[in-house]
Amino acid sequence: MSYVFFLFQQTMYFTIPLMVVALGALYSERSGVINIALEGIMVMGAFVSVLFIHTFEGQLSGQAMLLAALAIAAASGAVFSLLHAYASIHMKANQVISGTALNMMAPAFAIYIARMIQGVQQIQFTNTFRIEKVPVLGDIPFLGPLFFQKAYITTYLGVAILILAATVMYKTRFGLRLRSCGEHPQAADSVGISVYKMRYAGTLISGALAGAGGLIFIVPTTVNFNATVAGYGFLALAVLIFGQWKPYRIALAALFFGFMKTVSAAYSGIPLLADLGINSYFYKMIPYIATLVVLIFSSKNSQAPKAEGIPYDKGAR
Amino acid sequence: MDDNKSTPGKSPGRWNRLADFRLDAMSGPAGSVGAIVVGLLFGLIILYISNPDKAIDGFLCILTGGLTRGGLRGVGQVLYFATPIIMTGLSVGFAFKTNLFNIGTPGQYIMGAYAAVLVGVTGTGIPDSIHWVVALLAACVAGGLWAVLPGVLKAFLNVNEVISCIMMNYIGMYLVNYLIISNKSLYNQLTSRTMAVPAEANIPKMGLNQIFPNSSVNGGIIIALVLAVLMYIILQKTKFGYELKACGFNRDASRYAGINEKRSVILSMVIAGGLAGIGGALFYLAGSGTYIDVVDVLAEAGFDGIPVALLGLSNPIGVVLAGIFIAYITVGGTYMQLYSFVPEIIDIIVSAIIYFSAFALIFRFLLQRIAGRKRGEAQ
Repeated sequence: MSYVFFLFQQTMYFTIPLMVVALGALYSERSGVINIALEGIMVMGAFVSVLFIHTFEGQLSGQAMLLAALAIAAASGAVFSLLHAYASIHMKANQVISGTALNMMAPAFAIYIARMIQGVQQIQFTNTFRIEKVPVLGDIPFLGPLFFQKAYITTYLGVAILILAATVMYKTRFGLRLRSCGEHPQAADSVGISVYKMRYAGTLISGALAGAGGLIFIVPTTVNFNATVAGYGFLALAVLIFGQWKPYRIALAALFFGFMKTVSAAYSGIPLLADLGINSYFYKMIPYIATLVVLIFSSKNSQAPKAEGIPYDKGAR
Repeated sequence: MDDNKSTPGKSPGRWNRLADFRLDAMSGPAGSVGAIVVGLLFGLIILYISNPDKAIDGFLCILTGGLTRGGLRGVGQVLYFATPIIMTGLSVGFAFKTNLFNIGTPGQYIMGAYAAVLVGVTGTGIPDSIHWVVALLAACVAGGLWAVLPGVLKAFLNVNEVISCIMMNYIGMYLVNYLIISNKSLYNQLTSRTMAVPAEANIPKMGLNQIFPNSSVNGGIIIALVLAVLMYIILQKTKFGYELKACGFNRDASRYAGINEKRSVILSMVIAGGLAGIGGALFYLAGSGTYIDVVDVLAEAGFDGIPVALLGLSNPIGVVLAGIFIAYITVGGTYMQLYSFVPEIIDIIVSAIIYFSAFALIFRFLLQRIAGRKRGEAQ
């Protein structure tokens, strides 16, 4: 049984950041802006917030510190994504190119600043954030160890973000307007919705969530930030497609991908999986192969927003 | 640099005029130069903020270091670093010309690198004189194969090639790592990278070591230049290249004109993949102590093809110039450490250049307005 708990707890460490970032991507793509800069935005959010943790370790610790750092990660992600928003919305730039630029810039920026400040590019921090056991809830049999032991506050925040994201997307006027800008911006414009504003909103939300996602990914996995989030931004893009641009499906896709990541990292310690003798690289490949398969089978009936990636031109017919 | 205009005698008609318009809209030489200037200024500002006293010295390093600091050896190093990114630039550029965004170069590059190193290390039965040629061909095939699936998905199911290429990048990276560690004769466990490629499987120096003594430059740059010219000829002077481009502009119209448009899309991707694969081979067969490290990181030279292709306006000759330029400032950047600057500033500058070249349209627009005003004054 302890393996189940261990696997589940580990899976959460990978699932939550993937889900949060993919939900961010959902907002950007639903508004009509392709955001392949997620990887770079994650690096930027993680970098600024880890630097914050590193600097103020003496003054703050525990959950207060983590929450402050998360706010900073989200803010820096949003600011950084402004670059992408400006290029793709106002300048009508090719969104893949602008995204690639951000992906290149973030790690270079992080390494440059880190080395200028402290000589080495790795930034160390002390992890004082893990909750060994939530009072009362942690003692519930089975569910306690599953959900309320060795957890991070980010896990609960992630679930809250999921519910909030889904509600805003489907139950509010803002969500409806945002989606309309990704499907048919001309129609949205004709009824008085500002396509530019909606697309800025979508891209900034994706930036904030991706920035926070960067820190959420770094905190449980390392204490030594090295200007990388190990391809999780791109994996989140796969999660988005695997989840077919729908919030709860995205959560399930993130769970599946997170589980595969966990298995690839930990399978040798688990008797049942170790006996299978499958190399860890295959587990690592599965999410990407699965996404390709989904792409193939959903191609005729793609749920992708129809106007995504196309700059909005008021005068276009 | 606007290659379509260089063939007036052929008069390819209206499509090519449309092509002109579109390529111009994406960018133009003025756009590239504008992006470079703004990118460099951005770098200068960052240098100035980090250390005002040495900012100018550091900046001069970037601008002139590649030529002045290392002498002929330095120039050789520039060409050496330019070789792989010219190849990935050609790959991305070729796909751009046919209206495909080949962001799968990191995967194709590493597949090519793997095939080349595999043939280099284990192909002991191959005669020495053609060993490197076989390795190069293997790399081309491997890179091309890795682009087949995105091409097929695009052609038959209209799946966005950007997304499928990103997936193929990661699958390729993990697959190559797996193939290396599971092959005892290829994997060096102590260093967790590939074994050294024997000297006879490396690309010959082709006399370049005489011109640029002590540098790592080798025949790879000559191969890259030849391939660039070949791509230029294919795209500009052949019916085949014309068909590929036509499909990029309007698949329906091309089909109506009797072009097998599905085949063209797939071939475009495969050729682009093959070029990236050769890039991997040229880097790992350079005989300069390069090994494939078994790490879960995408090949950087693959992504570098994107800025190179953008700055080169996807024109093969432009790509060569852009590749040399980026290698030049990269080499210049390494000398900046003398002034205790961090060489990553070059990556920041290059990313700023891509960012600004993404909206090169605006530069063109501004230039046209300025030009228009002058014309107005003249009248």
